[in-house]
Amino acid sequence: MEVLACVKRVPMVGGKIVITPNGCAIDTRMSGFTVSPHEECAVEEAVRLAERHGGTVTVLTLGPPEAADQLRDALALGASRAVLLETDGREWGPMATAEAIVAAIGRAGQPYDLLLFGNESADTGGYQVPVRVAHALGLPCATGIKGIEVAADGGRVTARREHLGAEETFDLPLPAVISVKEGINLPRYPSLPGRLRAKRASLERFTPDWHAEGLAIAGLRVPATERHRAEILGAGTDAVPALVALLAELGVLS
Amino acid sequence: MTVLCLVEHAAGEVADTSRRALTLARQLADSAGGAARTAAASEAGPAPDGAARAVTAVAFGSGPDGTALAGQLSGHGVADAYLVESPDLVGYAPQAWARALAGLAGELGATAVVAAGTDRGNEVLAHLGAIIGLPMAANCAAAAADGAGRWRLTRHRWAGSLLEDAVLEAPVALLTVAPDVVAAESSLGPSAVSVRSYEPALEPADLVIRATESAGRSGGVSLATARVVVGGGRGVGGPEGFGALEELAGLLGGVVGVSRVVTSEGWRPHKQQVGQTGTRISPELYLACGISGAIQHMAGCLSAKHIVAVNTDADAPILAHADYAVIGDLNQVIPALISAIRARNGSP
Repeated sequence: MEVLACVKRVPMVGGKIVITPNGCAIDTRMSGFTVSPHEECAVEEAVRLAERHGGTVTVLTLGPPEAADQLRDALALGASRAVLLETDGREWGPMATAEAIVAAIGRAGQPYDLLLFGNESADTGGYQVPVRVAHALGLPCATGIKGIEVAADGGRVTARREHLGAEETFDLPLPAVISVKEGINLPRYPSLPGRLRAKRASLERFTPDWHAEGLAIAGLRVPATERHRAEILGAGTDAVPALVALLAELGVLS
Repeated sequence: MTVLCLVEHAAGEVADTSRRALTLARQLADSAGGAARTAAASEAGPAPDGAARAVTAVAFGSGPDGTALAGQLSGHGVADAYLVESPDLVGYAPQAWARALAGLAGELGATAVVAAGTDRGNEVLAHLGAIIGLPMAANCAAAAADGAGRWRLTRHRWAGSLLEDAVLEAPVALLTVAPDVVAAESSLGPSAVSVRSYEPALEPADLVIRATESAGRSGGVSLATARVVVGGGRGVGGPEGFGALEELAGLLGGVVGVSRVVTSEGWRPHKQQVGQTGTRISPELYLACGISGAIQHMAGCLSAKHIVAVNTDADAPILAHADYAVIGDLNQVIPALISAIRARNGSP
């Protein structure tokens, strides 16, 4: 089966978010970038499906030239083709992003059986690119999925997710669009041969045109947290009596 | 203006997340109706509740009957409610729900559609945005009208660790409401809610995406609702270190939660993960052991009433979020704490 996995390059924010002086982006000079967590699992799932059912995995991202790093990470995990929709570093809205992905799928000429996405990106959290792509292509779509099984004849897929502690399943005809959540699998570490192959692989590059959309960012703010710096109860086991007293005060000791 | 609000319900109970969404929907209606209300007030004294009652609730399925639904929506500023029913519509079907909302929004001339920022709310509004070709703003913490077809929003990024101020220009604003931000307000005084039935015009493709729900999972305290969560991070050192945390959680009537590194190392299953891509918790006490306090983790526990950190590093980011801290090695502190609690309880 032919699987497309779409990923997003996002900042590694660590313990603190710092905003750029213009107030519209995260300052990434002191941090690196990574693949958004749900999408890391989308790549792993795509590779597992191709291993189980045959076929190949194509990984696609829309981002600046440096997003080639994230594509190579996916190639190292077992994807065999990579498509970079290259931007000038500006933030793209979800509608324009979905349009660019749809255009790239049309250009590829090769039909995909399954299009995998992350449920929402870690940074902008728009929750909609996979759904918009599905509508534009006239495909069924399930989101927030934590388990995928392809039927023996390869014509249908069962997608599972959680809803209020229960499990709900969607039975969809292929081709289909599915967005996954972290926890669907535990992504593998890239092998050394995988990394070498990824380093040498050539990427297909396209430069889609950015356009504005109805939702426009005016600025970013780090919310003021109400908490102050922690009161230190003590060091090591010497702090245990104070800790017990605190737990008693909070009413969590029986 | 008319604001539609998708109301989710389970076992006949309106979801708390939807009550919060109703509050934001009403605030949105108020912000647009402000001028009209003021004009009326100058003539008739106290402000009438016309603008505050411009919210139309929309619920799906056969769960609550109309009367029960009306009773629950009374006091939330809801004027009308529609119960969407169709012989083809059994259970959850996101694209069909969105098609129904598109139909209702068109018929009623709605200027905004609001839903809770739940899995379903975000999914249905994404479908709605795709169907009617309009932008959708997920996880809003605040929203107000700013002239015709223009809205000022504050959205959550990084699960609420970062706020985005945004301007939305659209004939119909499609918004979901960030969880745990907007408080549910039901003190508007009882109002008579008229409940009507709506049968949507669905397309065959809409019914391709349908959920089959299994029976509810049973047993155990859930991480999302636990009163006490004992957290373990990289500092636990390996899978074997979680025994002590489980024991402590048992003594405190709570459960164990873990950071992302713990699940990506395979030490514990993902279902125990607290954070942006795991479970959001809101316990009375979160005892975070060996957890540095990455943004992605803190996004999942900022609703905890009290955070106590046990960490070897007095400069760890979590100390900026915690109320109390013990500077020390959890592998010594936690066993000593367990002994002290057992001694206090009079059990060996």
